[in-house]
Amino acid sequence: MLKIKNLHAKVEGLKILKGIDLTINAGEIHAIMGPNGSGKSTLSSVIAGKEEYEVTRGEINFEGEELTEFDAEERAHKGVFLSFQYPVEIPGVTVTNFMRTVINANRQAKGLKDMPANEMLKMIRDKSELLEIDRKFLSRSLNEGFSGGEKKRNEIFQMAMLEPKLAILDETDSGLDIDALRIVANGVNKLRRPDNATLVITHYQRLLDYIIPDYVHVMLDGKIVKSGGKELAYELEEKGYDWIKEEVGA
Amino acid sequence: MELKDKLLSSFLAFEENVNMNSDIHDIRSRAIKDFEEMGFPTKKQEAWKYTSLNKVLKHDYTVFPKKHDTIDYRDVEQYFIDDIDTYKIVFIDGIYSSHLSATTHEKIDACLMSSALNNSKYKPIIDNYFNTVAPKESLTSLNTAFSREGAFINIPKNTMADKPIQVLNFSTGNESALLVQPRNLIVVGENSHVQIIERHQSLTDQPVLTNSVTEIFADKRAIVDYYKIQNDNHNASLIDNTFIEQHRESQCSVHTFSFGGNLTRNNLNYYQKGERIDSTLKGITVIGGKQHVDHNTLVHHTEPNCESHQDYKGVFAGSSTGVFNGKIVVNKEAQKTNAFQSNNNILLDDKATINSKPQLEIFADDVKCSHGCTIGQLDDEALFYLRSRGIPLKEARALLMYAFANNVLESVKIPELKARITNIIALKLGVNVGYSL
Repeated sequence: MLKIKNLHAKVEGLKILKGIDLTINAGEIHAIMGPNGSGKSTLSSVIAGKEEYEVTRGEINFEGEELTEFDAEERAHKGVFLSFQYPVEIPGVTVTNFMRTVINANRQAKGLKDMPANEMLKMIRDKSELLEIDRKFLSRSLNEGFSGGEKKRNEIFQMAMLEPKLAILDETDSGLDIDALRIVANGVNKLRRPDNATLVITHYQRLLDYIIPDYVHVMLDGKIVKSGGKELAYELEEKGYDWIKEEVGA
Repeated sequence: MELKDKLLSSFLAFEENVNMNSDIHDIRSRAIKDFEEMGFPTKKQEAWKYTSLNKVLKHDYTVFPKKHDTIDYRDVEQYFIDDIDTYKIVFIDGIYSSHLSATTHEKIDACLMSSALNNSKYKPIIDNYFNTVAPKESLTSLNTAFSREGAFINIPKNTMADKPIQVLNFSTGNESALLVQPRNLIVVGENSHVQIIERHQSLTDQPVLTNSVTEIFADKRAIVDYYKIQNDNHNASLIDNTFIEQHRESQCSVHTFSFGGNLTRNNLNYYQKGERIDSTLKGITVIGGKQHVDHNTLVHHTEPNCESHQDYKGVFAGSSTGVFNGKIVVNKEAQKTNAFQSNNNILLDDKATINSKPQLEIFADDVKCSHGCTIGQLDDEALFYLRSRGIPLKEARALLMYAFANNVLESVKIPELKARITNIIALKLGVNVGYSL
């Protein structure tokens, strides 16, 4: 589904990604772990199409197409979804109206008519139950005054509404208490299908107790330096990142 | 001939057409003298530093419009808020249009300035209020000199106007450029309440200049909500001079929605004369091209325990320019004043300009006054967030601009008007953001 080859990227002249190789197949869950500043969040923003991030070398192939050729919105239309580490607050636009705009923008891109209002409301109701979201929450301004947990639940709610092929969860566990973490992880697991894939980006192993990865990759200084199964995450939790640094001579 | 000379020489002819014996005659004669002395404002004056009237004044305006052709309601229907029941006071080229209007004298007066000026029944009101809060200033004096028509709204005490009042000024001037000078007087008695929607709309491609003066009096505990829709075509310029006198515990709000027009200048002045008064001034400006909108506000606090709230938001595209000049004066006696002012702007293009200038003159020591001004672009992180969800760039920008302006709309108390304004904003931004804004 996703084939990243020798990806280099820079932000404001600073080289952040220095040759990433990563292949994700349909049905798989991958986790990327690494210390702060290793380039994890940059990778997720580059895949989603953030303009400030300049790809200087390499390719991001998504279902046979070169993603870097497309704008952020076109990537979304193709089925790429990024759950933000820091979701943006937009006062004055309610969650429901935002969702309606998002769903219809994606339908228009596929040449479909707007979704009828009753269908939309039913879909919003069903998906919000999945994330245990209160009805009142839907009429609040998007992310404005939301707690950390509410913001992240709202991200996964959007993911549930859009049903992307590739979901990238950027530090979705940061700022969550254990109950919120369970709800979010439960939502992600329920959305899992043989034809979609998930990339979990995290600092800690904690989230991976709930979303069990097929593969774990360790990122250091803009490169993936070690890959393995889920047991690698436990090893990192126990021993930290220093032993890997020594192992790869960083 | 310069416009000033033309106006001075037109005055005699004007006076011959109106009642020379009326009390107003003296007021008009004094006003034309004041205008003669002062002339039009220039950029040398501090209050006009960022707004030049030169281009607007160079047209050869007709001061006495010919009797207009009648306008069919269907042709102007779109300019009315017609999904609610309202009183309507409608003028075409400054002349009252009875067939488009729906006036009243039952319980309240929502009628014409000309009949109020000429009817002895209204003499006490005219004597007490007419030209008493409007100061001696060049454009205001010019309006006073030629004052003969406009809206006259009188709400007796303990009365709630049963429906909103729309004041519409159409201009047709098909033969030449046109100068119109509406003069409105609104008197709201103790414990009374009224909602007013005002609009100026040109129906011609000829240049139109409107120099309007509105005097508003809010007696004790009166509530006045005034909405100005400024969405005129691009040959029309507007100088709006509004003066509000508020008495004890009254609440007055003015919302100014500026989307259209060539040059728009809003002189909005509040004079508080009592305790526990609440004054609200809000504005949304969304302009582009070479449009110019200038908000020049004054709130004068004279007695203790009063509040004022100013919130102006602007979105400027193309090479449009905005001006916000907000003055707050707090007299020594006006302790415990709460005065807030905020002016937030988004510049969409490199050539767009905003000049924002707060002026606080505070002579009392126990007050809360704050002002804040921001000038920025749309937030890149927010744009990326929306685009990453599949919302195209143009719609994402529109959605953020809408969200930016939206909290000013929250205080609009007429839902149908709120819906109309949001539609104008959506239309102005040229987008459909997937739901009716």
